[in-house]
Amino acid sequence: MTDVVVTGVGILSPSGRGLNAAWAGALSGRTAAARDELLAEMGTPVQISCRVPAFDPDAELGRGAARRLDRFTHLAVIAAREAIAHAGLSEVGEERITHVDADRTGILMGSGIGGAETWAEEYPRYLDKGPGRVSPMFVPKMLSNTAAGTIAIRSGARGPNMTVNTACAAGASAIHLGRDLLRAGAADVILAGGVEAGVTGLSVSAFAQMGALTKNPDPATASRPFDVARDGFVIGEGAAVLVLETAEHAAARGATPLAVVAGAGASADAHHATAPPDDGGGARLAMQRALQDADLDPTAVGHLNAHGTSTPLNDAAEGRALRAVFGDHTDRIAVSSTKGVTGHTLGAAGAIEAVFSIQALREGRVPPTANLVDQDPEIDLDVVAGAPREVTLQAVMSTSMGFGGQNAALVFTPA
Amino acid sequence: MSQELLATFTEVLTEEFGVPEDEITADATFEALGLDSLDVVELTLVLEEKTGVKLEDEELEDVRSVQDAIDKVKEKQA
Repeated sequence: MTDVVVTGVGILSPSGRGLNAAWAGALSGRTAAARDELLAEMGTPVQISCRVPAFDPDAELGRGAARRLDRFTHLAVIAAREAIAHAGLSEVGEERITHVDADRTGILMGSGIGGAETWAEEYPRYLDKGPGRVSPMFVPKMLSNTAAGTIAIRSGARGPNMTVNTACAAGASAIHLGRDLLRAGAADVILAGGVEAGVTGLSVSAFAQMGALTKNPDPATASRPFDVARDGFVIGEGAAVLVLETAEHAAARGATPLAVVAGAGASADAHHATAPPDDGGGARLAMQRALQDADLDPTAVGHLNAHGTSTPLNDAAEGRALRAVFGDHTDRIAVSSTKGVTGHTLGAAGAIEAVFSIQALREGRVPPTANLVDQDPEIDLDVVAGAPREVTLQAVMSTSMGFGGQNAALVFTPA
Repeated sequence: MSQELLATFTEVLTEEFGVPEDEITADATFEALGLDSLDVVELTLVLEEKTGVKLEDEELEDVRSVQDAIDKVKEKQA
């Protein structure tokens, strides 16, 4: 089977902007959670979030362009631009793809919510001022496929262009499907990733109402995956885009691969709208399928970047799923959840964590799980806490589980 | 009156649509200023807030330039 490699990444994460800063933030174990002024103003039940570092959309995208686009597309464009530059697909400082065949360059993005801010702004306008005042930009701003479409408009990429939604697994699903499109010969290069900008009063209220968000009002300790005191996730925003291409295509143009997308697995829980089954059965299937797809013995996996949302249900079920997949080898897997640092970036999480998994693999350094002080005795995993751990890695796995019971697992091996 | 409206257009076009001020003249077409048909509809919504006059879709059909739009607004204000 054709090897698909990663030749560039772009990331805009609560842990930092750009690969080096975002990864340093993840390694630091310092949480990005902070009091959110917007949420405080709206009086939402939870008022903390993990935002990406502040940026000026007009300066980044051009003034006219920025106002036509929702924040989630702003984040995606910034991440894609960095990925394009990192992989050397364009002239330095240019967004247009000119160093590979743009007609054979595709885009696959994942997003759970799409233009959440646009919904939040336009619906009140519709109610207050009437149907005649609804912005003609509402539809193109809000559609969840606008991020992928906009990246194409700006970069000139005219290959297959799609958006996948598996909620909080969407970023990982996009990488999975992007790899498969390359294997199927549908493109030479695919920009694949995830994006979310869903920190609005409405969505935070909704997540709080369903009990998914932490009630801990202290941002410093709120996101604490696998800890006995965890009580829900901290909502985050962000974007990450990976440049995928066949090993052959990368070699032909002299690109340096960062990692191989060795395996991908997907599954459904077929269980409940939001809760995982106790045994994490769906997640287990996704992990097993990813290993099988990679044709890899489970003992090759030395690090797992867990979905680890910091909700009581997810982390416990995920722990059981890992045990079921890896058996005794589970004890030799350095597990971390970088959501202690980044919060839960929903549709972006799978892509952001793919980037962190690749960095861990390249550097042999596993990031710590922030705020893990007292590990839940029910979770029988070796979770890295406190400081990064040096580990020689043959293969790493990243897991993602979405509401709706949709699961994804990715396996990366060294290039 | 025209000058006042031109000032309003200029303000909206620069602040809301990011058009460089030195490009905005009465004769400039919206196309030349980088506005597409959706932008022009959006522009009418902002103008309605500023002038109290709403240009309807059918009234926009032959509006090409800033001056065309100013004339329509004046016509409706009269």
